[in-house]
Amino acid sequence: MGSLIIILSVFLLGVVLVQIGKVNELSSAIRGEQESEYSANTTHAVFGLLFMVGFLVLVFGSFFYYKNSMLGYGPLTSASKHGWDIDYIFNVTMVITVIVFVITHIALFVYAFQYRNRPGHVAKFIPHDNRLEIIWMVIPSIVMAILVVGGLNVWNNTMIDIAADAVPGKDFIEIEGNGQQFGWNLRYPGPDNRLGGTYFKKISSSNPLGQVWEDPKNHDDFQPSNIVLPKGMQVRVRITSRDVLHNFYLPHHKVKMDAVPGMPTHFVFTPTITTAEYREQLGELDSKGNPLYPEWHTPADPSDPENKLKRYEVFGFELACAELCGNGHFSMRKEVTIVTPEEYEKWLGEQTSYYEANIKGKEEDVKIGKTEVEAESENKLSLENAKDQSISNIN
Amino acid sequence: MANIDIVTQEELAHGHDDHHDDDHHGDKFQSGFFSRYVFSMDHKTIAKQFLITGIIWAIIGAAMSIVFRLQLGFPEESIAWLKPILGKWIVVDDAGIGSLDQDFYYALVTMHGTILVFFVLTAGLSGTFSNLLIPLHIGARDMASPMLNMFSYWFFFLAGTIMFASLFLSTGPFAGGWTAYPPLSAVQSSMSGSGAGMTLWTVSLVLFVVSVLLGGMNYITTVINMRTKGMTMWRLPLPIWAFLVTAILGLLSFPVLASAFFLMIFDRSFGTSFYLSEIFINNAPLENVGGSPILYQHLFWFLGHPEVYIIILPAFGIVSEVLSVHSRKPIFGYKAMVMSILAIAVLAFIVWAHHMFMSGINPFIANIFVLFTLIIAVPSAVKVFNWIATLYGGNIRFNSANLFAIGFVSLFISGGLTGIFLGNSAIDIPLHDTYFVVAHFHIVMGVAAFFGMFAGIYHWFPRMYGRFMNETLGRLHFWGTMIGAYAIFWPMHYMGMAGVPRRYYNFTAFESFNQFAAMNQFITIAAIVVFALQIVFVINFFYSIFNGRKQKKMNPYGANTLEWTAPVNAGHGNWPGAIPHVHRWAYDYGKDGQEFIPQTVPLKPGEKDMGAH
Repeated sequence: MGSLIIILSVFLLGVVLVQIGKVNELSSAIRGEQESEYSANTTHAVFGLLFMVGFLVLVFGSFFYYKNSMLGYGPLTSASKHGWDIDYIFNVTMVITVIVFVITHIALFVYAFQYRNRPGHVAKFIPHDNRLEIIWMVIPSIVMAILVVGGLNVWNNTMIDIAADAVPGKDFIEIEGNGQQFGWNLRYPGPDNRLGGTYFKKISSSNPLGQVWEDPKNHDDFQPSNIVLPKGMQVRVRITSRDVLHNFYLPHHKVKMDAVPGMPTHFVFTPTITTAEYREQLGELDSKGNPLYPEWHTPADPSDPENKLKRYEVFGFELACAELCGNGHFSMRKEVTIVTPEEYEKWLGEQTSYYEANIKGKEEDVKIGKTEVEAESENKLSLENAKDQSISNIN
Repeated sequence: MANIDIVTQEELAHGHDDHHDDDHHGDKFQSGFFSRYVFSMDHKTIAKQFLITGIIWAIIGAAMSIVFRLQLGFPEESIAWLKPILGKWIVVDDAGIGSLDQDFYYALVTMHGTILVFFVLTAGLSGTFSNLLIPLHIGARDMASPMLNMFSYWFFFLAGTIMFASLFLSTGPFAGGWTAYPPLSAVQSSMSGSGAGMTLWTVSLVLFVVSVLLGGMNYITTVINMRTKGMTMWRLPLPIWAFLVTAILGLLSFPVLASAFFLMIFDRSFGTSFYLSEIFINNAPLENVGGSPILYQHLFWFLGHPEVYIIILPAFGIVSEVLSVHSRKPIFGYKAMVMSILAIAVLAFIVWAHHMFMSGINPFIANIFVLFTLIIAVPSAVKVFNWIATLYGGNIRFNSANLFAIGFVSLFISGGLTGIFLGNSAIDIPLHDTYFVVAHFHIVMGVAAFFGMFAGIYHWFPRMYGRFMNETLGRLHFWGTMIGAYAIFWPMHYMGMAGVPRRYYNFTAFESFNQFAAMNQFITIAAIVVFALQIVFVINFFYSIFNGRKQKKMNPYGANTLEWTAPVNAGHGNWPGAIPHVHRWAYDYGKDGQEFIPQTVPLKPGEKDMGAH
C-alpha cells in the first residue's frame, strides 16, 4: 500500500510538472515568443549571478567551518617530518587554484549576465586574439612549471629510501606491516634490529607472516597488536600483503603505500610528535581558558556518563587500509602510538619474541629432534629456497 | 560520392546531386518496422538507440548510488522497506533493522562506476552524438559503414544485457571496484562477487570494447573520407574534431583494455600467473608465482586515462558548439580549441601512471608522469579561457542547452583545478584514494560530462525528434542539478582533506574518519533530490518526443552548421536531392553585421574564410 502511494504521488508530481511546463509554454506563445525569451534571459542571467555569489560565499564559508576537521588547517597538524613539506606544496597549490577559481567564476557569470540576449543588443565579432591566447597559454605554463618543480622536490625527498650505510636500530627502525583480509599483521625486528625472512608457503595459523624459522633473524622478531614508535626516529615500514592488494595508510603521518602480494614495498617517515603531545595540542585552551577546539572537549564516550574523559584525552593515531581489498575493507584498523625514545625502549623491553612464545619447542620448530649439524645444513637449504622466491630481507 | 566532371557555379552554391534518390523511392532498406526502428542502419536512429539505452543505464546506475548513499548517510536507519526489491541483499537483524549487505554495498559501488563510465558516459554520450552529428555536420548521407554502425549498437546492447544479468546472480555482481584490480578480481574465492560476477563483468566489457572499436573505426573513416565538397578539416565544426579525436583515442586504447582482460581470464580460469604471485588466501597458498598485480594496473590505466578524455572530449565539442551558437559569436580561438584537443589527446597516452603513484611503482618514474600530467592543465586552461572569451561580447540566450553549457564550464574549472592537486605526486600521498578523489572525478568527468550531454540533448532534440523539449522544465532541471551536484560533491573535498578513505562501508571503526556523519546525511539528501530532478528530465524527454512544441523553422537557432539544412524529420540519407556544399567555417556569427552566415553561403569576393586560412 505504502509503495503504491509513493508510486502514485511520484506519477502525480510528474503530471503536475508537465502541466506547469505546458502552461508556461502556452503563456509565452500568447505573450509572443521573443518577448518571453528576453525576460527569461534576464531572469536566468540574474540567477547566474546569484548562484555565483552564493557559491563563492558557501565555498569559503564551508571551508572555514570545516577547517579544524581537515588535516593541516586546524589542530590536526602533520605528525611526520615530510608531512610538513607536503602541507607546504599543498598550500601553494591551494592559493594558486583558489585565485584561478574565483577569477574564472566571476568572469564566467558576470560576462554571461552582461552580454545576455536583450532587445537591441548585438554580439561582437571576435573570432580570436593571438596575443591574448599566447598570454593565457604562457601564464599557466609558468605556474605549472613552478608546481612541478616544487612538488617533485617534496616527492623525491619523501620517497627516498634509507641511506645505504645507515645502521638499523641506531639510525632507523624497520618494522613490517602485513595486510590480509581483513586486518594487519605487525612485526618488529627485535634486538638484532633485522627482520627475518618469510615465505608465503610457510604461512599457517601459528605463523601468520610465513616466517622461515631456519633464519635466526626471525627468532627475536615480535608481533605486537598495535604500532608503537619513538618520536624523532626514522622508520622504514616494510609493507607486504599475503592475499590481495591493501594499502598501509597513516592519515596523520601522511603515509600511504600499497601492499602488493609478491612485491614488498616500503615507506620511510619520521614521526615528529608524540601521541601525548598531540592530545595536548587538540585540548589546547585559549588565553581566557576556553577550549580552542571545543569539539575535542566533548565526552569521549557519550554512552557512559561515568566516563569523564574527553575526546582529546583518548585521541590516538590510526592505521587504516586505503585500497579496496574485499567486503571488510573498512574495518582494518590498528592503533598507532608515538612515544618518547625512553618510553619506546621500555616498551621494547616488555615484548617477547613470537618464536620464543609460540614456536620454540613446538612441532613447527625446525630444531626439534635434530643434531645441531643437521639443523645447520637444513637451515642453509631452506634459506636458499626462500631467497630464490625473491622475498625475505632487504638487508 | 558522385562523379562530377564539370562543376558549375550553380552547383557549388547549392550542392551536388549524388543521385541518392534515383534508385528507390524512399529507402528500401528501411521499409519494415524492424529495419526502421530496431535493426536500423540510419545513423540518426542508431544515435537515438544509444541515447535511450544510455538514459536507461543512467537511471539504473544512479539508483544504485542512491541505495549505497542511504547506507553511508543513514547507517543507523532501517532500510528493510527495500527488501521487496533487493531481497537477501538487505540484512534484517533480530530487532527488525534492515541494513545493506556489505558484499552488496561493494557490488553497488562497483556497478555504479562501471555502468556510468562505460555504458552511460562512453556509449551514451560519444555513441549518441558521434552518430547523430558526424554525418549531419560533415554533409554525408550516413556513416561509412551503416552495417558496422548497427553492429556497434548491438554489441553494446549485448554487453549491457550480460552486465544486467550479472545483477541477478546469487553470489551478486562483481564487487571489487570498477578498476577490477587483481588479485581481488583474479582470485575467484577472494570475494563473493569475484566468481561468476567477475566472469560476466569481463565478458560484458570485452563485448563493449568490440562495440567501441566498430563505432570508432566508422567515425574516423567517415570524418576523413566523407566530408562534403568544401568541408576542409579546418572548416569542421568543433564537435566533429572532438568526436574524431575521441574515436582515435578509443581505437588506440580500448584494445589494451581487452588484452588486460584476456590475461585476466587466463589467470582466473586457466591457471596462468600474469597478475598473481605469492598469495595465501582462504587458509591455503596458491601455486601462482612470478606475476605482478602492477602489470594489470599499467594495462588498465593505459586505457583508463585516455578513457576519461574519451568521456570529456565529446562534451568539450558539444559545449563549444552550443556556447557559440547561443552566444551568437564565433567560438573564440577555433584553431587553439582544435590544437588543445589534439594536445590533450597526445598527452592522454603518457600520463596513466598518475593513478598509480601509491601502487608501489618506482618513485623515480613518478617524476615523468607528474610533469606530463600537469602539462595537461595548459591546454585545458586554454579551453576554459576560450569558452569564457566566447561569452564575452556575445548576445547570450539562456535556454536550457546554453545553461548546461555554461554550467559545464563552471564544473570543468572546479574539477580541473582539484586535478592539479592530485596530479602532483607529493600531494597525492595524503589525497590518494580519499573522498577528495571521489569529488574530483565526479565533478570533472562525471557531472561535467553529463552537463555536456544535457546541453547536447536540449540543443539537438529538435534535430532528433522534430520537437523541442519543454524549456521551463529544462531550466528547472538545470538549476536543480547545478546546485545539487555541487551540494553532493563539494563537501567531499573536505572529507578527503580530513583523510577519509573512499570505498568504506561505514566509518564507525575509525575515530579519524567518523566525524562527518552530518555531512554524509546532507550529501545523501542532496543526492536524492538530484536524482528526483533527473526523473523530471526523463519525463520531459519522453513526453516531448510525442507532445513537445513542434519545430516549425528548419533552422530554429539560426545556426551555421549543416544539420539544420536538412528537413525536419529527414529520412535515411538526410538530404532529399542534393548534398549541400560548404564554403566557409562554421562560426561566422555576427560577421559583417549579419547575425549568422550558414556554411553553405559562398564567400563574397574578397571575403576571408576564418577557418581555412
